Amino acid sequence: MTLGNILEWLIKGFVWVLILLGGFAYLTYYERRALARIQVRIGPNRAGPFGLLQPIADAIKLIFKEEFMPARADKLLFVLAPIVTLTPALVITAVIPFGNEPFSLFGRSINWYIADINVGVLYIMSIASIAVYGIVLAGWSSNNKYAMLGGLRSTAQMISYELALGLSFVTVILLAGSSRMIDIVEAQRTGWFMLLQPVGMVIFLIATLAEVNRAPFDMPEAEQELAAGYHSEYGGMKFALLFMAEYDKMIAICTIAAALFFGGYLGPDLSSLPVVGGFLKYVQGPMYMFLKVFILLFGMIWVRATLPRIRYDRLMAFGWKILLPLSLALIFVTACGILLAQEVNPLFRFGIPLVSLVAGFIALLGMYQTLRRKENARA
Amino acid sequence: MRVLEPFIGLVKGLWVTLRSMFEKPVTVQYPEHKKQVKPRFRGRHVLKRYENGLEKCIGCALCAAACPADAIFVESSENTDGTRFSPGERYASTYEINMLRCIYCGFCEDACPTEAIVLGDNYELSFTDRRQAIYPKEMLIDPVPVGGQSTPQKTEPGKFTRSVPEMKDPRD
Repeated sequence: MTLGNILEWLIKGFVWVLILLGGFAYLTYYERRALARIQVRIGPNRAGPFGLLQPIADAIKLIFKEEFMPARADKLLFVLAPIVTLTPALVITAVIPFGNEPFSLFGRSINWYIADINVGVLYIMSIASIAVYGIVLAGWSSNNKYAMLGGLRSTAQMISYELALGLSFVTVILLAGSSRMIDIVEAQRTGWFMLLQPVGMVIFLIATLAEVNRAPFDMPEAEQELAAGYHSEYGGMKFALLFMAEYDKMIAICTIAAALFFGGYLGPDLSSLPVVGGFLKYVQGPMYMFLKVFILLFGMIWVRATLPRIRYDRLMAFGWKILLPLSLALIFVTACGILLAQEVNPLFRFGIPLVSLVAGFIALLGMYQTLRRKENARA
Repeated sequence: MRVLEPFIGLVKGLWVTLRSMFEKPVTVQYPEHKKQVKPRFRGRHVLKRYENGLEKCIGCALCAAACPADAIFVESSENTDGTRFSPGERYASTYEINMLRCIYCGFCEDACPTEAIVLGDNYELSFTDRRQAIYPKEMLIDPVPVGGQSTPQKTEPGKFTRSVPEMKDPRD
Protein backbone atom coordinates (compact mmCIF):
# COMPACT_ATOMS: atom_id res chain seq x y z
CA MET A 1 0.00 0.00 0.00
CA THR A 2 1.57 3.19 -1.17
CA LEU A 3 0.71 6.81 -0.61
CA GLY A 4 -0.61 6.93 -4.17
CA ASN A 5 -3.09 4.15 -3.44
CA ILE A 6 -4.41 5.87 -0.36
CA LEU A 7 -4.68 9.13 -2.21
CA GLU A 8 -6.53 7.41 -5.04
CA TRP A 9 -9.05 5.89 -2.62
CA LEU A 10 -9.54 9.17 -0.86
CA ILE A 11 -10.13 11.09 -4.05
CA LYS A 12 -12.39 8.43 -5.54
CA GLY A 13 -14.35 8.17 -2.32
CA PHE A 14 -14.66 11.93 -2.10
CA VAL A 15 -15.83 12.25 -5.69
CA TRP A 16 -18.32 9.44 -5.22
CA VAL A 17 -19.73 10.99 -2.06
CA LEU A 18 -20.13 14.27 -3.93
CA ILE A 19 -21.91 12.42 -6.73
CA LEU A 20 -24.19 10.74 -4.20
CA LEU A 21 -25.03 14.02 -2.49
CA GLY A 22 -25.71 15.75 -5.79
CA GLY A 23 -27.62 12.66 -6.84
CA PHE A 24 -29.71 12.92 -3.70
CA ALA A 25 -30.61 16.52 -4.49
CA TYR A 26 -31.61 15.72 -8.03
CA LEU A 27 -33.35 12.50 -7.03
CA THR A 28 -35.77 14.59 -4.97
CA TYR A 29 -36.31 16.74 -8.06
CA TYR A 30 -36.72 13.65 -10.25
CA GLU A 31 -39.19 12.14 -7.82
CA ARG A 32 -41.23 15.29 -7.51
CA ARG A 33 -41.40 15.74 -11.26
CA ALA A 34 -42.26 12.10 -11.93
CA LEU A 35 -44.88 11.98 -9.17
CA ALA A 36 -46.36 15.19 -10.48
CA ARG A 37 -46.63 13.80 -13.99
CA ILE A 38 -48.30 10.66 -12.67
CA GLN A 39 -50.78 12.85 -10.80
CA VAL A 40 -51.38 14.88 -14.01
CA ARG A 41 -49.56 17.91 -12.60
CA ILE A 42 -46.37 19.62 -13.76
CA GLY A 43 -44.28 19.68 -10.61
CA PRO A 44 -41.59 22.13 -9.55
CA ASN A 45 -40.75 24.28 -12.59
CA ARG A 46 -40.23 27.74 -11.12
CA ALA A 47 -36.68 27.85 -9.76
CA GLY A 48 -34.39 28.06 -12.76
CA PRO A 49 -34.98 26.44 -16.16
CA PHE A 50 -37.44 23.53 -15.75
CA GLY A 51 -37.15 24.01 -11.99
CA LEU A 52 -33.63 22.62 -12.04
CA LEU A 53 -32.53 24.93 -9.23
CA GLN A 54 -35.29 23.69 -6.92
CA PRO A 55 -33.01 21.29 -4.97
CA ILE A 56 -30.61 24.18 -4.35
CA ALA A 57 -33.45 26.37 -3.09
CA ASP A 58 -34.53 23.53 -0.80
CA ALA A 59 -31.00 23.10 0.49
CA ILE A 60 -30.65 26.81 1.25
CA LYS A 61 -33.97 26.78 3.08
CA LEU A 62 -32.99 23.74 5.17
CA ILE A 63 -29.57 25.13 6.07
CA PHE A 64 -31.01 28.41 7.32
CA LYS A 65 -33.72 26.83 9.41
CA GLU A 66 -33.48 27.04 13.17
CA GLU A 67 -31.80 24.08 14.80
CA PHE A 68 -34.43 22.91 17.20
CA MET A 69 -34.05 20.21 19.82
CA PRO A 70 -36.69 18.87 22.20
CA ALA A 71 -35.88 19.82 25.82
CA ARG A 72 -35.91 16.25 27.14
CA ALA A 73 -34.12 14.75 24.15
CA ASP A 74 -30.89 12.83 24.54
CA LYS A 75 -28.65 15.58 23.19
CA LEU A 76 -25.69 13.47 22.07
CA LEU A 77 -27.68 10.75 20.36
CA PHE A 78 -30.09 13.25 18.88
CA VAL A 79 -27.21 14.90 17.05
CA LEU A 80 -25.46 11.64 16.30
CA ALA A 81 -28.45 9.78 14.87
CA PRO A 82 -28.66 11.57 11.52
CA ILE A 83 -24.94 11.05 11.00
CA VAL A 84 -25.21 7.37 11.90
CA THR A 85 -28.06 7.06 9.42
CA LEU A 86 -26.31 8.83 6.59
CA THR A 87 -22.89 7.21 6.79
CA PRO A 88 -23.94 3.64 5.86
CA ALA A 89 -26.01 5.01 3.00
CA LEU A 90 -22.89 6.68 1.63
CA VAL A 91 -20.35 3.92 2.18
CA ILE A 92 -22.50 0.99 1.06
CA THR A 93 -21.81 1.55 -2.63
CA ALA A 94 -18.03 1.45 -2.25
CA VAL A 95 -17.83 -2.07 -3.65
CA ILE A 96 -20.04 -1.51 -6.69
CA PRO A 97 -18.11 -1.61 -9.97
CA PHE A 98 -19.23 1.06 -12.40
CA GLY A 99 -17.19 -0.05 -15.37
CA ASN A 100 -14.61 -2.61 -16.43
CA GLU A 101 -12.31 -0.49 -18.56
CA PRO A 102 -9.66 1.15 -16.34
CA PHE A 103 -8.54 4.56 -17.55
CA SER A 104 -5.15 6.08 -16.95
CA LEU A 105 -4.67 9.35 -15.20
CA PHE A 106 -1.30 10.81 -14.09
CA GLY A 107 0.36 7.56 -15.12
CA ARG A 108 -1.89 5.48 -12.89
CA SER A 109 -4.43 2.94 -14.05
CA ILE A 110 -7.67 3.82 -12.32
CA ASN A 111 -10.55 1.41 -11.97
CA TRP A 112 -14.25 2.22 -11.91
CA TYR A 113 -14.73 1.10 -8.34
CA ILE A 114 -13.54 2.28 -4.96
CA ALA A 115 -12.84 -1.07 -3.30
CA ASP A 116 -12.55 -4.52 -4.78
CA ILE A 117 -13.05 -6.95 -1.92
CA ASN A 118 -13.79 -10.62 -2.34
CA VAL A 119 -16.73 -10.53 0.08
CA GLY A 120 -18.45 -7.61 -1.61
CA VAL A 121 -21.96 -8.97 -1.14
CA LEU A 122 -21.35 -9.63 2.56
CA TYR A 123 -20.06 -6.08 2.91
CA ILE A 124 -23.26 -4.77 1.41
CA MET A 125 -25.36 -6.96 3.69
CA SER A 126 -23.57 -5.86 6.84
CA ILE A 127 -23.63 -2.16 6.02
CA ALA A 128 -27.30 -2.40 5.09
CA SER A 129 -28.10 -3.74 8.54
CA ILE A 130 -26.14 -0.98 10.28
CA ALA A 131 -28.36 1.61 8.63
CA VAL A 132 -31.24 0.79 10.96
CA TYR A 133 -29.33 1.91 14.06
CA GLY A 134 -29.49 5.53 13.09
CA ILE A 135 -33.23 5.36 12.60
CA VAL A 136 -33.83 3.63 15.93
CA LEU A 137 -31.54 6.10 17.70
CA ALA A 138 -33.30 9.01 16.04
CA GLY A 139 -36.63 7.66 17.19
CA TRP A 140 -35.48 6.93 20.72
CA SER A 141 -33.45 10.06 21.39
CA SER A 142 -36.28 12.36 20.31
CA ASN A 143 -38.19 11.43 23.49
CA ASN A 144 -41.41 11.37 21.52
CA LYS A 145 -43.66 8.36 21.52
CA TYR A 146 -44.50 8.57 17.83
CA ALA A 147 -40.87 8.89 16.88
CA MET A 148 -40.11 5.94 19.13
CA LEU A 149 -42.83 3.87 17.48
CA GLY A 150 -41.45 4.79 14.08
CA GLY A 151 -38.00 3.63 15.12
CA LEU A 152 -39.35 0.37 16.49
CA ARG A 153 -41.41 -0.31 13.41
CA SER A 154 -38.33 0.32 11.32
CA THR A 155 -36.32 -2.25 13.28
CA ALA A 156 -39.00 -4.92 13.10
CA GLN A 157 -39.46 -4.32 9.41
CA MET A 158 -35.76 -4.33 8.64
CA ILE A 159 -35.13 -7.54 10.54
CA SER A 160 -38.02 -9.26 8.79
CA TYR A 161 -37.10 -8.22 5.30
CA GLU A 162 -33.35 -8.48 5.73
CA LEU A 163 -33.81 -12.26 5.73
CA ALA A 164 -35.53 -12.34 2.37
CA LEU A 165 -33.04 -9.80 1.06
CA GLY A 166 -30.03 -11.79 2.22
CA LEU A 167 -31.43 -15.03 0.83
CA SER A 168 -32.07 -13.45 -2.56
CA PHE A 169 -28.43 -12.31 -2.46
CA VAL A 170 -27.50 -15.95 -1.94
CA THR A 171 -29.18 -17.03 -5.19
CA VAL A 172 -27.03 -14.49 -7.00
CA ILE A 173 -23.88 -15.71 -5.26
CA LEU A 174 -24.76 -19.26 -6.26
CA LEU A 175 -25.35 -18.31 -9.88
CA ALA A 176 -22.16 -16.28 -10.12
CA GLY A 177 -20.06 -18.67 -8.06
CA SER A 178 -18.45 -15.74 -6.27
CA SER A 179 -19.35 -13.00 -3.85
CA ARG A 180 -16.99 -10.51 -5.46
CA MET A 181 -19.05 -7.83 -7.15
CA ILE A 182 -16.98 -7.71 -10.33
CA ASP A 183 -17.24 -11.50 -10.75
CA ILE A 184 -20.99 -11.26 -10.26
CA VAL A 185 -21.33 -8.61 -12.96
CA GLU A 186 -18.98 -10.43 -15.34
CA ALA A 187 -20.94 -13.67 -14.83
CA GLN A 188 -23.93 -11.89 -16.34
CA ARG A 189 -22.28 -11.48 -19.75
CA THR A 190 -24.17 -14.56 -20.96
CA GLY A 191 -27.47 -13.39 -19.51
CA TRP A 192 -28.62 -11.09 -16.79
CA PHE A 193 -29.58 -12.79 -13.55
CA MET A 194 -33.02 -11.27 -13.79
CA LEU A 195 -33.61 -13.78 -16.60
CA LEU A 196 -32.09 -16.71 -14.71
CA GLN A 197 -33.72 -15.85 -11.41
CA PRO A 198 -36.76 -13.62 -12.08
CA VAL A 199 -38.52 -14.49 -8.85
CA GLY A 200 -35.34 -13.77 -6.89
CA MET A 201 -35.24 -10.37 -8.52
CA VAL A 202 -38.83 -9.65 -7.53
CA ILE A 203 -38.11 -10.68 -3.93
CA PHE A 204 -35.02 -8.50 -3.94
CA LEU A 205 -36.93 -5.47 -5.20
CA ILE A 206 -39.76 -5.95 -2.70
CA ALA A 207 -37.35 -6.46 0.20
CA THR A 208 -35.32 -3.41 -0.76
CA LEU A 209 -38.46 -1.29 -0.77
CA ALA A 210 -39.04 -2.42 2.80
CA GLU A 211 -35.38 -1.94 3.64
CA VAL A 212 -35.26 1.71 2.58
CA ASN A 213 -38.71 2.45 4.06
CA ARG A 214 -40.27 3.40 0.78
CA ALA A 215 -43.96 3.25 -0.01
CA PRO A 216 -45.84 0.90 0.24
CA PHE A 217 -43.64 -0.18 3.17
CA ASP A 218 -43.10 3.28 4.66
CA MET A 219 -44.58 2.39 8.05
CA PRO A 220 -41.67 3.92 10.05
CA GLU A 221 -42.54 7.36 8.72
CA ALA A 222 -46.26 6.99 8.17
CA GLU A 223 -47.52 10.56 8.27
CA GLN A 224 -51.11 9.68 8.98
CA GLU A 225 -50.37 7.27 11.81
CA LEU A 226 -47.14 8.46 13.41
CA ALA A 227 -46.80 12.14 12.52
CA ALA A 228 -43.78 11.44 10.28
CA GLY A 229 -42.39 8.76 12.62
CA TYR A 230 -38.75 8.73 13.58
CA HIS A 231 -37.92 12.15 12.17
CA SER A 232 -40.89 14.04 13.54
CA GLU A 233 -38.72 15.99 16.02
CA TYR A 234 -36.04 16.82 13.49
CA GLY A 235 -35.79 20.04 11.55
CA GLY A 236 -33.32 22.01 9.52
CA MET A 237 -30.04 20.42 8.58
CA LYS A 238 -30.48 17.40 10.87
CA PHE A 239 -33.70 16.57 9.10
CA ALA A 240 -31.93 17.13 5.80
CA LEU A 241 -29.37 14.50 6.81
CA LEU A 242 -32.07 11.95 7.56
CA PHE A 243 -33.80 12.80 4.32
CA MET A 244 -30.51 12.56 2.47
CA ALA A 245 -29.85 9.15 4.01
CA GLU A 246 -33.21 7.92 2.81
CA TYR A 247 -32.69 9.04 -0.76
CA ASP A 248 -29.06 7.96 -0.87
CA LYS A 249 -30.23 4.56 0.31
CA MET A 250 -32.59 4.53 -2.63
CA ILE A 251 -29.75 5.28 -5.01
CA ALA A 252 -27.51 2.74 -3.31
CA ILE A 253 -30.10 0.01 -3.40
CA CYS A 254 -30.78 0.69 -7.07
CA THR A 255 -27.09 0.47 -7.97
CA ILE A 256 -26.90 -2.79 -6.03
CA ALA A 257 -29.97 -4.14 -7.80
CA ALA A 258 -28.51 -3.07 -11.14
CA ALA A 259 -25.23 -4.83 -10.38
CA LEU A 260 -26.79 -8.02 -9.03
CA PHE A 261 -29.70 -8.62 -11.37
CA PHE A 262 -29.55 -6.23 -14.32
CA GLY A 263 -26.02 -6.79 -15.56
CA GLY A 264 -24.39 -3.81 -13.84
CA TYR A 265 -22.20 -1.92 -16.27
CA LEU A 266 -22.83 -4.39 -19.11
CA GLY A 267 -24.67 -3.36 -22.23
CA PRO A 268 -24.28 -3.21 -26.01
CA ASP A 269 -20.64 -2.46 -26.80
CA LEU A 270 -20.27 1.02 -28.29
CA SER A 271 -16.47 1.18 -28.51
CA SER A 272 -16.48 0.40 -32.25
CA LEU A 273 -18.48 3.52 -33.07
CA PRO A 274 -16.61 6.12 -35.14
CA VAL A 275 -15.24 9.30 -33.53
CA VAL A 276 -16.73 8.87 -30.05
CA GLY A 277 -15.95 5.14 -29.77
CA GLY A 278 -12.56 5.61 -28.16
CA PHE A 279 -14.07 7.77 -25.47
CA LEU A 280 -17.16 5.61 -25.04
CA LYS A 281 -14.98 2.58 -24.47
CA TYR A 282 -14.20 4.00 -21.04
CA VAL A 283 -17.46 5.66 -20.10
CA GLN A 284 -20.00 3.20 -21.49
CA GLY A 285 -19.89 1.17 -18.26
CA PRO A 286 -20.87 4.08 -15.99
CA MET A 287 -23.32 5.20 -18.66
CA TYR A 288 -25.19 1.90 -18.67
CA MET A 289 -25.06 1.82 -14.90
CA PHE A 290 -26.58 5.28 -14.71
CA LEU A 291 -29.29 4.34 -17.18
CA LYS A 292 -30.24 1.24 -15.21
CA VAL A 293 -30.25 3.08 -11.91
CA PHE A 294 -32.38 5.80 -13.47
CA ILE A 295 -34.95 3.27 -14.65
CA LEU A 296 -34.94 1.39 -11.34
CA LEU A 297 -35.45 4.65 -9.46
CA PHE A 298 -38.39 5.39 -11.69
CA GLY A 299 -39.76 2.00 -10.71
CA MET A 300 -39.57 2.98 -7.04
CA ILE A 301 -41.30 6.29 -7.66
CA TRP A 302 -43.90 4.58 -9.80
CA VAL A 303 -44.68 2.06 -7.08
CA ARG A 304 -44.94 4.87 -4.56
CA ALA A 305 -47.41 6.69 -6.76
CA THR A 306 -49.52 3.57 -7.20
CA LEU A 307 -49.73 1.53 -4.04
CA PRO A 308 -51.18 2.54 -0.68
CA ARG A 309 -49.33 1.68 2.52
CA ILE A 310 -50.02 -1.89 3.63
CA ARG A 311 -51.21 -2.77 7.10
CA TYR A 312 -48.51 -3.60 9.60
CA ASP A 313 -49.58 -7.16 10.47
CA ARG A 314 -49.86 -7.94 6.79
CA LEU A 315 -46.40 -6.55 6.21
CA MET A 316 -45.04 -8.92 8.83
CA ALA A 317 -47.08 -11.87 7.59
CA PHE A 318 -45.93 -11.20 4.04
CA GLY A 319 -42.29 -11.02 5.08
CA TRP A 320 -42.24 -14.10 7.29
CA LYS A 321 -44.86 -16.37 5.79
CA ILE A 322 -44.39 -15.70 2.08
CA LEU A 323 -41.07 -14.09 1.23
CA LEU A 324 -38.87 -16.07 3.61
CA PRO A 325 -40.06 -19.58 2.59
CA LEU A 326 -40.11 -18.54 -1.05
CA SER A 327 -36.54 -17.29 -1.01
CA LEU A 328 -35.41 -20.46 0.77
CA ALA A 329 -37.14 -22.49 -1.94
CA LEU A 330 -35.42 -20.39 -4.58
CA ILE A 331 -32.02 -21.12 -3.09
CA PHE A 332 -32.85 -24.83 -3.17
CA VAL A 333 -34.01 -24.60 -6.79
CA THR A 334 -30.98 -22.58 -7.85
CA ALA A 335 -28.52 -24.90 -6.13
CA CYS A 336 -30.16 -28.01 -7.63
CA GLY A 337 -30.22 -26.41 -11.06
CA ILE A 338 -26.54 -25.53 -10.91
CA LEU A 339 -25.63 -28.99 -9.64
CA LEU A 340 -27.64 -30.73 -12.36
CA ALA A 341 -26.18 -28.43 -14.99
CA GLN A 342 -22.68 -29.35 -13.87
CA GLU A 343 -23.23 -33.09 -13.46
CA VAL A 344 -25.86 -34.04 -16.05
CA ASN A 345 -26.63 -31.52 -18.75
CA PRO A 346 -25.93 -27.74 -19.03
CA LEU A 347 -29.50 -27.28 -20.23
CA PHE A 348 -30.68 -27.74 -16.64
CA ARG A 349 -29.56 -24.18 -16.04
CA PHE A 350 -32.63 -23.05 -17.91
CA GLY A 351 -34.76 -25.07 -15.54
CA ILE A 352 -33.93 -22.61 -12.76
CA PRO A 353 -36.18 -19.78 -13.97
CA LEU A 354 -38.98 -22.19 -14.87
CA VAL A 355 -39.02 -23.97 -11.54
CA SER A 356 -38.65 -20.73 -9.63
CA LEU A 357 -41.63 -19.28 -11.48
CA VAL A 358 -43.59 -22.33 -10.33
CA ALA A 359 -42.37 -21.63 -6.80
CA GLY A 360 -43.45 -18.02 -7.18
CA PHE A 361 -46.88 -19.19 -8.29
CA ILE A 362 -47.16 -21.40 -5.22
CA ALA A 363 -46.19 -18.39 -3.12
CA LEU A 364 -48.99 -16.40 -4.75
CA LEU A 365 -51.31 -19.27 -3.83
CA GLY A 366 -50.10 -19.07 -0.24
CA MET A 367 -50.56 -15.32 -0.30
CA TYR A 368 -54.09 -15.79 -1.52
CA GLN A 369 -54.78 -18.23 1.30
CA THR A 370 -53.27 -16.25 4.16
CA LEU A 371 -53.45 -12.58 3.22
CA ARG A 372 -56.75 -12.50 1.36
CA ARG A 373 -59.45 -10.36 2.88
CA LYS A 374 -61.77 -12.94 4.31
CA GLU A 375 -65.33 -11.92 3.54
CA ASN A 376 -67.04 -14.07 6.14
CA ALA A 377 -64.49 -13.76 8.89
CA ARG A 378 -66.76 -11.69 11.13
CA ALA A 379 -70.04 -13.37 10.28
CA MET B 1 -57.27 -18.32 -11.65
CA ARG B 2 -58.63 -16.31 -8.74
CA VAL B 3 -55.22 -16.78 -7.18
CA LEU B 4 -53.75 -14.39 -9.70
CA GLU B 5 -56.32 -11.68 -8.97
CA PRO B 6 -54.19 -9.69 -6.51
CA PHE B 7 -51.30 -9.82 -8.94
CA ILE B 8 -53.49 -8.72 -11.86
CA GLY B 9 -54.86 -5.92 -9.69
CA LEU B 10 -51.33 -4.77 -8.97
CA VAL B 11 -50.43 -4.69 -12.65
CA LYS B 12 -53.66 -2.89 -13.52
CA GLY B 13 -52.94 -0.24 -10.90
CA LEU B 14 -49.44 0.29 -12.20
CA TRP B 15 -50.82 0.57 -15.72
CA VAL B 16 -53.31 3.23 -14.64
CA THR B 17 -50.62 5.38 -13.04
CA LEU B 18 -48.28 4.94 -16.00
CA ARG B 19 -51.03 5.91 -18.44
CA SER B 20 -51.87 9.03 -16.45
CA MET B 21 -48.27 10.17 -16.95
CA PHE B 22 -49.04 10.87 -20.58
CA GLU B 23 -52.16 12.90 -19.98
CA LYS B 24 -52.09 16.64 -20.37
CA PRO B 25 -51.36 18.27 -16.99
CA VAL B 26 -54.24 20.13 -15.46
CA THR B 27 -51.94 22.72 -13.87
CA VAL B 28 -52.56 26.36 -14.74
CA GLN B 29 -49.33 28.36 -14.76
CA TYR B 30 -50.99 31.08 -12.72
CA PRO B 31 -49.24 34.43 -13.05
CA GLU B 32 -48.63 33.87 -16.77
CA HIS B 33 -51.92 32.23 -17.62
CA LYS B 34 -55.09 33.32 -15.88
CA LYS B 35 -58.27 31.40 -16.31
CA GLN B 36 -61.37 33.31 -17.36
CA VAL B 37 -63.69 33.49 -14.37
CA LYS B 38 -67.30 32.37 -14.68
CA PRO B 39 -69.97 35.02 -15.45
CA ARG B 40 -71.45 34.88 -11.96
CA PHE B 41 -68.07 34.81 -10.17
CA ARG B 42 -68.04 36.92 -7.02
CA GLY B 43 -64.73 38.72 -6.76
CA ARG B 44 -63.73 42.17 -5.51
CA HIS B 45 -66.52 44.74 -5.41
CA VAL B 46 -66.79 47.46 -8.03
CA LEU B 47 -68.81 50.67 -7.66
CA LYS B 48 -70.42 51.43 -11.01
CA ARG B 49 -71.03 54.74 -12.79
CA TYR B 50 -73.65 55.89 -15.28
CA GLU B 51 -72.61 56.64 -18.87
CA ASN B 52 -72.36 60.34 -18.11
CA GLY B 53 -69.93 59.64 -15.29
CA LEU B 54 -72.26 60.08 -12.33
CA GLU B 55 -71.91 57.48 -9.59
CA LYS B 56 -74.70 54.96 -9.25
CA CYS B 57 -74.25 54.75 -5.51
CA ILE B 58 -76.67 57.00 -3.64
CA GLY B 59 -75.30 56.35 -0.16
CA CYS B 60 -78.43 54.58 1.13
CA ALA B 61 -76.34 52.07 3.13
CA LEU B 62 -78.70 49.20 2.35
CA CYS B 63 -75.61 47.17 1.41
CA ALA B 64 -74.14 47.82 4.85
CA ALA B 65 -77.41 46.72 6.41
CA ALA B 66 -77.52 43.57 4.32
CA CYS B 67 -73.90 42.64 4.94
CA PRO B 68 -73.79 39.59 7.25
CA ALA B 69 -70.12 40.19 8.03
CA ASP B 70 -70.50 43.90 8.75
CA ALA B 71 -67.75 44.61 6.27
CA ILE B 72 -69.22 47.71 4.62
CA PHE B 73 -69.19 51.21 6.03
CA VAL B 74 -71.11 53.98 4.25
CA GLU B 75 -71.41 57.65 5.11
CA SER B 76 -73.61 59.83 2.94
CA SER B 77 -73.72 63.56 2.19
CA GLU B 78 -76.07 65.89 0.33
CA ASN B 79 -75.79 66.44 -3.44
CA THR B 80 -76.31 69.89 -4.85
CA ASP B 81 -76.58 70.84 -8.49
CA GLY B 82 -73.28 72.64 -8.14
CA THR B 83 -71.40 69.62 -6.83
CA ARG B 84 -73.26 66.53 -7.97
CA PHE B 85 -71.81 63.04 -7.44
CA SER B 86 -74.90 60.94 -8.08
CA PRO B 87 -78.49 61.44 -9.14
CA GLY B 88 -80.96 62.29 -6.39
CA GLU B 89 -80.46 63.83 -3.00
CA ARG B 90 -77.48 62.04 -1.52
CA TYR B 91 -74.25 60.33 -2.42
CA ALA B 92 -71.72 58.21 -0.54
CA SER B 93 -69.04 60.51 0.73
CA THR B 94 -67.29 57.56 2.43
CA TYR B 95 -67.56 54.05 1.16
CA GLU B 96 -65.24 51.44 2.70
CA ILE B 97 -65.18 47.68 2.50
CA ASN B 98 -63.02 45.65 4.84
CA MET B 99 -61.77 42.85 2.61
CA LEU B 100 -60.74 40.74 5.58
CA ARG B 101 -64.31 40.67 6.86
CA CYS B 102 -66.04 40.29 3.53
CA ILE B 103 -67.25 36.78 2.78
CA TYR B 104 -68.13 37.48 -0.86
CA CYS B 105 -71.72 36.37 -0.40
CA GLY B 106 -73.08 38.99 -2.78
CA PHE B 107 -75.89 40.14 -0.49
CA CYS B 108 -74.79 43.76 -0.98
CA GLU B 109 -75.29 43.31 -4.70
CA ASP B 110 -78.81 42.03 -4.09
CA ALA B 111 -79.64 44.79 -1.65
CA CYS B 112 -78.48 47.66 -3.84
CA PRO B 113 -81.45 49.56 -5.30
CA THR B 114 -79.38 51.18 -8.08
CA GLU B 115 -77.11 48.26 -9.03
CA ALA B 116 -74.21 50.42 -7.96
CA ILE B 117 -72.22 47.72 -6.18
CA VAL B 118 -71.29 44.63 -8.19
CA LEU B 119 -68.99 41.80 -7.27
CA GLY B 120 -66.47 41.88 -10.10
CA ASP B 121 -64.01 39.37 -11.49
CA ASN B 122 -60.88 40.49 -9.66
CA TYR B 123 -59.73 37.85 -7.18
CA GLU B 124 -56.13 39.04 -6.80
CA LEU B 125 -56.45 40.74 -3.44
CA SER B 126 -53.34 40.90 -1.39
CA PHE B 127 -52.16 43.23 1.32
CA THR B 128 -49.40 43.14 3.86
CA ASP B 129 -51.15 44.71 6.82
CA ARG B 130 -54.66 45.03 8.13
CA ARG B 131 -55.01 48.72 7.38
CA GLN B 132 -54.52 47.99 3.69
CA ALA B 133 -57.40 45.52 3.86
CA ILE B 134 -59.87 48.41 4.07
CA TYR B 135 -60.59 49.41 0.50
CA PRO B 136 -61.82 53.03 0.25
CA LYS B 137 -64.15 54.39 -2.39
CA GLU B 138 -61.28 55.49 -4.63
CA MET B 139 -60.10 51.89 -5.00
CA LEU B 140 -63.56 50.46 -5.57
CA ILE B 141 -65.07 52.88 -8.04
CA ASP B 142 -65.02 52.29 -11.79
CA PRO B 143 -63.04 54.66 -14.00
CA VAL B 144 -65.01 57.40 -15.72
CA PRO B 145 -66.44 56.04 -19.02
CA VAL B 146 -65.56 57.61 -22.36
CA GLY B 147 -67.73 60.63 -22.98
CA GLY B 148 -68.53 61.06 -19.31
CA GLN B 149 -67.25 63.57 -16.81
CA SER B 150 -65.67 62.85 -13.49
CA THR B 151 -67.48 63.69 -10.30
CA PRO B 152 -68.34 66.15 -8.80
CA GLN B 153 -70.23 67.52 -11.81
CA LYS B 154 -72.01 70.79 -12.34
CA THR B 155 -75.52 69.94 -13.53
CA GLU B 156 -78.57 71.93 -14.59
CA PRO B 157 -81.24 72.04 -11.89
CA GLY B 158 -84.18 69.68 -12.01
CA LYS B 159 -82.57 67.07 -14.25
CA PHE B 160 -81.28 64.51 -11.75
CA THR B 161 -84.08 64.36 -9.22
CA ARG B 162 -84.70 60.65 -9.29
CA SER B 163 -82.13 58.72 -7.27
CA VAL B 164 -83.24 55.20 -8.28
CA PRO B 165 -83.36 54.72 -12.07
CA GLU B 166 -86.04 52.79 -13.90
CA MET B 167 -84.71 49.25 -14.31
CA LYS B 168 -85.52 45.97 -15.98
CA ASP B 169 -85.21 42.60 -14.29
CA PRO B 170 -81.59 41.45 -14.16
CA ARG B 171 -80.62 38.83 -16.69
CA ASP B 172 -78.23 36.78 -14.62
